[in-house]
Amino acid sequence: MTQPQKTPDASNLIANCRADFPALDQEINGYPLVYLDSAASAQPPRSVIDAIAHYQAHDHANVHRGVHTLSHRATEAYEGARDRLRAFINAANRSEVVLTSGTTESINLVAQSYCRPRLGPNDQILITHLEHHSNIVPWQLVCEQTGGELVVAPIDERGQVDLGEFDRLLGERVRLVAISHVSNALGTINPVKDMIATAKVRGVPVLVDGAQAIPHLAIDVQDLGCDFYAFSGHKMFGPTGVGVLYGRESLLEAMPPYQGGGDMILEVSFAGTTYNDLPYKFEAGTPNISGVVGLGAAVDYLEAIGMDNVAAHEQELLEYMVGRLEALDGIRLIGTASCKASVQSFMLGDIHPHDVGTILDHQGIAIRTGHHCAMPVMDFYAISGTARASLALYNNAHDVDRLVEALNKAKQIFT
Amino acid sequence: MHSTDELRDLYRELILDHAKSPRHFGKIDNVTHSAEGINPLCGDKLKLYLRLDDDRIEDASFEGSGCAISIASASLMTDTVIGKRVSEALRFFDAVRRQLTLNHTAGARTDEVDLGKIHALEGVREFPARVKCATLAWHALGSALQRKSTPVSTE
Repeated sequence: MTQPQKTPDASNLIANCRADFPALDQEINGYPLVYLDSAASAQPPRSVIDAIAHYQAHDHANVHRGVHTLSHRATEAYEGARDRLRAFINAANRSEVVLTSGTTESINLVAQSYCRPRLGPNDQILITHLEHHSNIVPWQLVCEQTGGELVVAPIDERGQVDLGEFDRLLGERVRLVAISHVSNALGTINPVKDMIATAKVRGVPVLVDGAQAIPHLAIDVQDLGCDFYAFSGHKMFGPTGVGVLYGRESLLEAMPPYQGGGDMILEVSFAGTTYNDLPYKFEAGTPNISGVVGLGAAVDYLEAIGMDNVAAHEQELLEYMVGRLEALDGIRLIGTASCKASVQSFMLGDIHPHDVGTILDHQGIAIRTGHHCAMPVMDFYAISGTARASLALYNNAHDVDRLVEALNKAKQIFT
Repeated sequence: MHSTDELRDLYRELILDHAKSPRHFGKIDNVTHSAEGINPLCGDKLKLYLRLDDDRIEDASFEGSGCAISIASASLMTDTVIGKRVSEALRFFDAVRRQLTLNHTAGARTDEVDLGKIHALEGVREFPARVKCATLAWHALGSALQRKSTPVSTE
């Protein structure tokens, strides 16, 4: 994988962007907030907040069903966001961009609409040991419903998928591969392009859980060659309750609707219903219009900075953070893959992550503690949870210094 | 705003001592009542064992993993209820719950029960996110005494 390079003016863009995020400008427990929990939910820039407020104040109406001006404006705003999302991930066609409530719904949609009708008792779904619960449980449900089997590719001590085993497990019975692009607990960037190529050779479709990749990496679904790509708005500086399922058109066409309701139909009678075209077939009911508008604004924000610039900034900062953390006595880094997004899990001596989290919060520093909805990953390392610091485009070296200072204080309290 | 004093108040010497060297850790013999406590927020789990002689708690112990607050609380809890009658132990449970969840002015009537060492948990009140850690063992106690079969959750 080639390292992303910053454009010449990127350093200024990134250094100044912090001021765009109002939530970062506050004190917590008497200290300026250091927000290191973007992997759980990223803060929205002012432009996202304003876009939502403007929509609510001026343009709100239901989409796709009114002849009046507001309905027209709402529809334009909603469909305009879809177009920007299509370009952002380089999908071939806007009909391949299904708007959902988030990654979880996107994955459940594929499990129920794509897998359930196709999976038989001898069939398998292949995932990896790195997955978030939302890329495990929907497959377990569909396996329970169909008698199918969930197969898990193992990881090594650094938190990298064993590609030899992945290749071996991708046998004749596998009907779908579902893999995370970036591990939420460990930050590992999986070589998804190669993994997809392996599956393609065997004619097996691939779903990529992109929830943790979308805020860090430039995504091109055609270049990756995946069949489905799922992600959430709130991980990429947009609002909660909105996300995307990219699906290859030929597959989406062949899938039955996931939910029934308004907007997903062309004609309804008691004798039967004709479903709407893509992507509306999968968007039953009034959607989260303001959320989609906000997500469109988040795309605009990220494109103005440039995803390669974001990735280059975060790689520098990750390197700095790992270096400073490694220098701490008694620290154990969890997740040390050679290719990583700007996320670091760790254990500080024998201090429980929950206690680390409280002591850090007390010093104005927000990190995530616990199992990160990835209990199998925790089981692999024989721990109940970790402390996790995640960096986004608005973080800087000073944030890392504050983290290290606060961790030293935690050690003092527990000595 | 939290002061450093509040942090020291949460992680008192007694709490840290019980967290590092929990009392009654392990499984006692001839268990008559047991329960599992789970904190889904952090994945912490503990298992509580009791040996009752009629309505007196003859012995108690616990196993599991958790943060300093939940381990210290389980340690203090078992230390406290051994030798107590069931009704007394439940009164302690109630008093602890009130101490940790009600504010001072709402009249946390814990004065009826002498909390003794358990008083060390009062610093948790200033950290609402950690109250569940401190009450996990006590919920397990309530569940064990009522012989509930499903694991008790703090949610």
